[in-house]
Amino acid sequence: MISEQLVDLSRLQFAATALYHFLFVPLTLGMTWILVIMESVYVMTGKTIYKDMTRFWGKLFGINFALGVTTGITMEFQFGTNWAYYSHYVGDIFGAPLAIEGLMAFFLESTFIGLFFFGWDRLSRQQHLLVTTLMAIGTNLSALWILIANGWMQNPVGAEFSYITMRMEMVDFAAVLFNPDAQAKFVHTVSAGYVTGSMFVLAISSWYLLKKRNVEFARRSFSIAAAFGLASILSTIVLGDESGYTVGEAQKTKLAAMEAMWETEHAPAGFNLIAFPNEKEMRNTYALEIPYVMGLIGTRSLDKEIPGIKEIIANNRARVVSGIKAVTALDALRKNDTSPEVKKTFEAHKADLGFGLLLRKYVVSISDVTPEMIDQAARDTIPKVAPMFWSFRIMVGLGFAMLALFVLAAWYSVKGNFAEKPWLLRWALWFLPAPWIAAELGWFVAEYGRQPWTIYGVLPTHLSVSTLSIESLYGSLAGFIGFYTLLLVVEMYLMVRFARQGPGSLGTGRYDNEVAHSPHA
Amino acid sequence: MFDYATLKVIWWLLVGVLLIGFAIMDGHDMGVGTLLPFVGKTDNERRVVINTVGPHWDGNQVWFITGGGAIFAAWPLVYATAFSGFYWAMLAVLWALFFRPVGFDYRSKIDNPVWRKTWDWGLFVGGAIPPLIFGVAFGNLLQGVPFHFDNNLASYYTGSFWALLNPFALLCGLVSTTMITFHGAVYLAHRTEGAIGARSRNASYIFGTLLIVTFSLAGIWLWQSIPGYVIETAVSPNALPNPLGKSVIRETGAWLQNYQRYPLTTLLPLLVYVMAPTAMLLVSRGKTLLGFIASSITIIGVIGTAGVSMFPFIMPSSTDFGSSLTVWDSVSSHLTLGIMLVATLIFMPIIIIYTSWAYKVMAGKVTLAYIRENDHSAY
Ligand code: HDD
Ligand code: HEM
Ligand code: HEM
Repeated sequence: MISEQLVDLSRLQFAATALYHFLFVPLTLGMTWILVIMESVYVMTGKTIYKDMTRFWGKLFGINFALGVTTGITMEFQFGTNWAYYSHYVGDIFGAPLAIEGLMAFFLESTFIGLFFFGWDRLSRQQHLLVTTLMAIGTNLSALWILIANGWMQNPVGAEFSYITMRMEMVDFAAVLFNPDAQAKFVHTVSAGYVTGSMFVLAISSWYLLKKRNVEFARRSFSIAAAFGLASILSTIVLGDESGYTVGEAQKTKLAAMEAMWETEHAPAGFNLIAFPNEKEMRNTYALEIPYVMGLIGTRSLDKEIPGIKEIIANNRARVVSGIKAVTALDALRKNDTSPEVKKTFEAHKADLGFGLLLRKYVVSISDVTPEMIDQAARDTIPKVAPMFWSFRIMVGLGFAMLALFVLAAWYSVKGNFAEKPWLLRWALWFLPAPWIAAELGWFVAEYGRQPWTIYGVLPTHLSVSTLSIESLYGSLAGFIGFYTLLLVVEMYLMVRFARQGPGSLGTGRYDNEVAHSPHA
Repeated sequence: MFDYATLKVIWWLLVGVLLIGFAIMDGHDMGVGTLLPFVGKTDNERRVVINTVGPHWDGNQVWFITGGGAIFAAWPLVYATAFSGFYWAMLAVLWALFFRPVGFDYRSKIDNPVWRKTWDWGLFVGGAIPPLIFGVAFGNLLQGVPFHFDNNLASYYTGSFWALLNPFALLCGLVSTTMITFHGAVYLAHRTEGAIGARSRNASYIFGTLLIVTFSLAGIWLWQSIPGYVIETAVSPNALPNPLGKSVIRETGAWLQNYQRYPLTTLLPLLVYVMAPTAMLLVSRGKTLLGFIASSITIIGVIGTAGVSMFPFIMPSSTDFGSSLTVWDSVSSHLTLGIMLVATLIFMPIIIIYTSWAYKVMAGKVTLAYIRENDHSAY
């Protein structure tokens, strides 16, 4: 039987490497478009300062990009190394977007990023702008395909289980592509990336302005970031609400946990602004509720009920019981007992197969199942409430705080006097980490909230792992942590060094803090 | 469109194309990385070497990533079984590759000899280790790998990491490393001049010769004493994939049967013997671009030889022969293979067109003068 320790370590490794990858992803997503904007202004006006802006922010972008690539390679292969049964069970559907992502997106962004850095003297202005734009498109397409894959894990449409091949098989590719979950995720996640890019430029420009260095350069960068950031944060928030709606449709367990809703309330449900969930007694020790709002977010209506945790557990218990029949029939089918009754039972309970598989965590043979195990399996379908509840609220809170910041930044850049508002500049500087925190928490909500499934309602996380030894996992985890810590230190060192130095690092002779050519050159 | 059996064979060919594309494109970057500390003596010489691949290594690396994705999509069981079974080998590849993006991008950003020398060796590791391990992995596939499935198709690998490093597999590792280094040397000869160019030409003679020697040794060894695998039961290529539904035997000489059955395939090993010397000759004549094409064809020969020997096997099991993975029973569904074929046929030509354009834009020799003039922007 698969040990719980193996599962926990595999999850920890995946979570650590994915969250780490996502430190670099959002900045890439946002910066590529900011570079396109800056370079477009350069091509239209011919003003050299915009070229310098593109090149300087491009340099910082490049430092970040290198680690995005490094950590992305891990992700691409980790499904095979650590989630072998998962890869077998859903590779027929899940592999396709990953492969298409390579063909359609990674080739594009990675080929043109080379020309972006090295092509300045060899391409005409228009050609170079085209290169930058293609790089940005590639980056965003990569987000699209990976989120189609991830959206399918959240809401597995267009696929069916086959007992002969013992896996999920694709039956409707269009359904996978146009999965509403994937769409909502894509727009929310890329917008979050644009916010991150804007925040980055806004904060560093503010720092130059506070230090009164490179003022012209910083002012123009600030204004572009403020405008792009305002549009992006609006779209993040509006589309985040869309995510809430699709979650409500497809994943009732996640929504209930995010909201700490233990009981089904009469429609329209209220929104818990603050709550202290008590897991054991299944209730909130304290809650501050705003009426109606939850019903609106979750159902877009005032009369549909949102089921509470207790009701969901009761429903899922029935599905586990039905799932036992499905697993029993499947076991018979796998032993070549293909009599019509077995097939009929299997077809009748197939929809609950995943719920039956939840019991594999407790028993090898499904006939040994006890009622306590069934209760526990039903209970398992609800992720822990408090971390979900608070992560979600911090993300949303940071979202509104950034909205306020970008509104003011955009307002004062229209009026042209932001450089004389040190409180605004300082706010922008201190908020530099905010989009990263929000994005990491967002992923936590999305992924932890999917537990106990890797494929929601289909494949339990527990069964998805590779049958590796515990020692192997400790070893690899230690290796990743060691490598990633080292890389992060190096990256931060370079990032801070070049950000401090500013556009002077380009060696053009036009800015403060110019660097000399290296002595042996 | 195509029937299932045909698609299965097409995907065997396409995975081969992707692996060969990876070896040709990312391979020359890796060869350059391997040669970096030896061909470049001073800091600026090393910068010349690095900048021959500076604008391209990232795009080229995507052949590797897409290869992984394509195996996931087309052969999910192979993706699952091979990468979890070869766990430590795979991690070694990944960790070696970590040095490349950061090595290329960060090395010249700071003007400090210790910093730069450290990254140079990082680039060496990132260039030399992956081909070595891929070769070792192929060597193990040819011998069969200790794994089996349970009734629910969960795979269990029962060997150890150290068992992978057996003599035959290590020889295969050498074949692959010399092949990649040879190819990188030819590329460097094309893109550099002067002393660096001369050293690169010499490296191409040395590694080209070593490739022919190691390739021949591995061939003789395989022929004499590495037993191959044969499917005993009748295969129904159109059936739904089920790796547990066949019986397999192991017998000496089985890996040569395809060459007897389809004599045309003997051209593949022959390519190695013809094209590797041709490449060296062309390099010595200064026709380096043609030399690069010849060394690329050499790669087709080497990888093609391994693939044809094993067909239809992909990953034979040495402990439970019946669990062996083949082209017929480790594949995705008919629908997925079809969709992936369409996607590949659309995007591959587009990728080749813009990649060629990128090389054309950056064409010409990379010189010491170029590095001096672009001190702040070159790698
Ligand atoms: C929302 C966007 C997003 C998400 C959720 C992920 N990635 Fe990512 N990935 C990107 C967006 C991105 C990017 C923006 O395209 C990157 C980040 C920085 C970069 O250099 O490109 C990238 C780089 C990147 C690379 C290197 C590509 C190259 O060489 O150009 C690989 C192989 C992956 N990723 C694979 C994955 C996998 C297998 C993921 C799922 C577990 C994943 N990424 C999550
Ligand atoms: C880069 C952005 C992402 C972040 C930050 C992220 C975060 C996480 C976290 C925190 C977990 C652990 C959940 C837990 O075990 O409690 C996790 C698990 C997982 N995620 Fe993601 N994820 C990301 C993208 C993706 C994508 C795009 C996919 C699929 C295409 C994916 C697939 C998985 C899988 C297979 C697991 C392991 C099984 C599990 O624990 O559920 N993740 N991820
Ligand atoms: C302010 C209002 C916001 C709302 C209502 C909101 C809503 C949501 C919801 C419901 C999810 C979960 C989706 C799922 O489980 O599938 C989510 C995930 C996420 N959020 Fe937010 N969010 C907001 C702000 C932000 C901000 C400001 C950022 C970052 C800058 C952000 C970044 C993310 C990310 C990266 C994810 C994970 C990917 C995904 O599932 O889409 N969110 N958000």
